[in-house]
Amino acid sequence: MEVSWVTNLVSILLAAILTNNFILSQFLGICPFLGVSKKLDTAVGMSAAVIFVMLIATAVTWPIQVFLLTPNDLDYLQTIVFILVIAALVQFVEIILKKYMVSLYKALGVYLPLITTNCAVLGVTILNFTNGYTSVPYGFVQSMVNSLGGGLGFMLAMVLFAGVRGRIEHSDIPKSLQGLPITLVSASLVSISFLGFQGLVDGLFA
Amino acid sequence: MITGVVIVVIIGLVAGLILSVASIVFAVPVDEKQEAVRAALPGANCGACGFSGCDGYAKALAEGSAEIGLCSPGGEDVANECAAILGKTAGNVEKKVALVRCAGHSGNVSKKTDYDGVNTCQAVSMMYGGDSACAFGCLGYGDCIAACPENAISLCSGAAVVNPDLCVGCGLCAKVCPKGVIAIVPAKAPHHVMCVNRDKGALTRKICKSGCIGCMKCVKTCPEQAITVENNHAAIDYDKCTGCGQCAGVCPVKAIC
Repeated sequence: MEVSWVTNLVSILLAAILTNNFILSQFLGICPFLGVSKKLDTAVGMSAAVIFVMLIATAVTWPIQVFLLTPNDLDYLQTIVFILVIAALVQFVEIILKKYMVSLYKALGVYLPLITTNCAVLGVTILNFTNGYTSVPYGFVQSMVNSLGGGLGFMLAMVLFAGVRGRIEHSDIPKSLQGLPITLVSASLVSISFLGFQGLVDGLFA
Repeated sequence: MITGVVIVVIIGLVAGLILSVASIVFAVPVDEKQEAVRAALPGANCGACGFSGCDGYAKALAEGSAEIGLCSPGGEDVANECAAILGKTAGNVEKKVALVRCAGHSGNVSKKTDYDGVNTCQAVSMMYGGDSACAFGCLGYGDCIAACPENAISLCSGAAVVNPDLCVGCGLCAKVCPKGVIAIVPAKAPHHVMCVNRDKGALTRKICKSGCIGCMKCVKTCPEQAITVENNHAAIDYDKCTGCGQCAGVCPVKAIC
């Protein structure tokens, strides 16, 4: 029993990072992926903010879903309630950070409000329930691990792609492909490489 | 149905309440200086200072990380006001204005094609560099006029002309001009070369009556060595120019005025 929940959590974590990578396999959060992956430090800053917000968003939305929406048969309100809660939460966190953790506030900068409506954040909170992490209280741990994995996967994709874009900057790109077109082409190539992880997690613990 | 409405309303109210309480309880006092400086700035948000807007510039000024005289719409008055708030001296702030360095109006320059498309300089310049015979001069479709926040630019017989009294020197027109004809110059500068044509003199002469042909007469005449000819057109160094006007007198095409 002891071993089984450890492997379960590890497989959730690895699946969220590699096989079900939010950006490269599920195509969520493409906007920051293309927008802030130009430089490594901004990519890391954005990813750190996403990990942070994903964790607190899950911590808040999980109880709302399990104790408020499901008992009242209001599952259909999931999306709108989650958006409402996440937006308010991010604003609240921003106010707190501005007051008490100025250095972190400055480090996260514009990325914190930007991810208020990031679909990767909304996606992870909804996927927690699509994946069936609803049992009390173990489902909460599963959800948090899934969010952490989602955030780490986001960071992995951002950092990898920042490197790719760095190389693109110094390459001789045909004029018609310069800028966004070559970025999208290379994004799809990176995404294809992540297909290689398909089945990895199931195989590891089979 | 009713419970759904009630729950969403309650969640919204609670979230709103928490946020409004938090914004009061955890309010961060804004630097007084920053607010005062922000009030002194013109509020055009033109970006001429190089910051994201008047707010960004005010913040940088209050922190001491920006120079005082960067606001060109505000000019000397605003610089002095900011200096008074910050307890510094403004230094020498020179008023700058935009100048369309092209005299290709009044039929001086001919058209090489008939253009009948989207009415912007940006669009025209994409079709073989524009419909004007001169590849460097003002196209006269008025992108700068649309960009100007002060309505200081008008068309004068097919070329843009800046009214220096209205111009605040923000440089937005210079940014949108696809030909790069517009320069930001000191308002006090007495003489300008009204041409940026880089073609050889003979070619310039064929297409424009007032184009600089790079004859070097002004260079030789200038007692202060303030004029140089590079890329087949003359340029005046405004720091050296004393405004004697001899260059304008000898210019055979009247490109200096």
